[in-house]
Amino acid sequence: MLELRDVSFSTRDGSKAKILDQISLVFKSNSLTAITGPNGSGKSTLADIIIGIKPATSGTITLDKEDITNLGITARAQKGIAYAFQQPVHLKGISVYELLNIASGELISKEDATQCLQKVGLSPEYLTREINDKLSGGELKRIEIASVLARNAKIIIFDEPEAGIDLWSFDNLVKVFKKLKSDNVTLIIISHQERILKLADEIIVLDGGKIKQKGTPAKLLPQLIRRGSCN
Amino acid sequence: MQLTDEEKQIFCEVTGTFEVPEGAYNFRVNGKSIGRNSTDNIDVVPKKDKSGLDIYIKPGTKNETVHIPVAISVIGLEEDVYNDFHIGDNADVIIVAGCGIYNCGGQDSVHNGIHRFHVGKNAKIKYIEKHYGFGKGPGGKILNPTTEVELGENSEAVLELEQIRGVDSTIRTTTAALDKSAKLIVKERLLTHGRQTVESVYHVELNGQDSTADIDSRSIAQDYSRQLFKATIVGNNKCRGHSACDAIIMDGAEVHAIPALDAKTKNAELIHEAAIGKIASVELTKLMTLGLTQKEAESRIINGFLR
Repeated sequence: MLELRDVSFSTRDGSKAKILDQISLVFKSNSLTAITGPNGSGKSTLADIIIGIKPATSGTITLDKEDITNLGITARAQKGIAYAFQQPVHLKGISVYELLNIASGELISKEDATQCLQKVGLSPEYLTREINDKLSGGELKRIEIASVLARNAKIIIFDEPEAGIDLWSFDNLVKVFKKLKSDNVTLIIISHQERILKLADEIIVLDGGKIKQKGTPAKLLPQLIRRGSCN
Repeated sequence: MQLTDEEKQIFCEVTGTFEVPEGAYNFRVNGKSIGRNSTDNIDVVPKKDKSGLDIYIKPGTKNETVHIPVAISVIGLEEDVYNDFHIGDNADVIIVAGCGIYNCGGQDSVHNGIHRFHVGKNAKIKYIEKHYGFGKGPGGKILNPTTEVELGENSEAVLELEQIRGVDSTIRTTTAALDKSAKLIVKERLLTHGRQTVESVYHVELNGQDSTADIDSRSIAQDYSRQLFKATIVGNNKCRGHSACDAIIMDGAEVHAIPALDAKTKNAELIHEAAIGKIASVELTKLMTLGLTQKEAESRIINGFLR
């Protein structure tokens, strides 16, 4: 179980703008939580704070009752928190196979790596491809998701996973989430997609750095659709 | 061959193996040849008027290799070595060269290697050159390679030039003249650290119609090292040329890139790219979210970048 208690984040520049304000959330084990809200509401910052990319200005974060507030990115990753970036990163000179090996934390066979790629609809030929700008945005996005799947993590955060999957059917992405849930992975998905929000056990709506609403899809989705807050 | 441990280490770094290779070779240690072999198709002949070799590769020779590594382990040795490669028409060979210096003394050790390639029509060569230095002591490990390539009609040269660590100072000069439909591909990989300096200068003349050149230089500058990359591509005919200098700069290092294009006809298509920057923080962050420490992530990025 991952718990955030009174977590706030302010920028360190002169403005000291408050991006997150007193956020308290509990992500139960094996649950799927969808986080939505308008641009600038603090969704990606919340993900960055859970991963350790940004330090919380105040508040505490616990994972299975252990305080991880002051741990860095690496330590949190080693404790089983994984993150699929919204904008996949180019890693010049590093092959997809090498990335999957890094992600899994050990030398994996080509067969296992191939299976990992197949989950995101990529053929084994991609194993030797370098993760550079010769790959399309859609290919990079799928490789990003594959790298996260290879981690066998306890908790996975996906930041707008639907963005840029133009070459891969949305159905497959939904299947991946369903499979992860059945494999007892805790999922936190930042999304505006109705079909992803529908899968959630709980939807959190952020606005202005605060929790505006919280509830089941049955309760919140009709309102979000009415407001045009999801697509 | 009687070699010291340091000389063995040099040959292993330069050729990738402890074994004496098959095919033609010449092993040079401290200014002298300590092993030489010619084959039916490749003749390795010492020059009479100066230090170096003439290497004659018969027309049509395929799938053969030439190894000519150099080791220097005597403190203060300075040498100029002239190697000429005469590559016959339709040949297709791999040439492995390079030099390593072990210097633990107070005087500079210097190797100036001048390699000239005369590549015949329809011939192909792959030239692999690794430079390497080690040994503590104030004496410099200095390597200055000059590579001159003449490419005949429809021929191809792939140059893989690598200097990873240990060389204190180097001036690398590469020139090429390409005939009709000839193709030049250069892949240069450099890593400097400490207060090392590198000057890498290219001058490529695309003389023949439909000749092409692609120079891809990637480098890492660490600590207080300095690098200068100058590449000039001259288009004298309908041709295509591309040069790219991509550098990662770290610590207090300096990198200067001066790409130049000189089109002498409207049918010359020439492009240059130069990018210098530190390791992108998003790359580090991505690898750290996969469980690597910052140091491990940096190392992966550097190794990948120089591949």
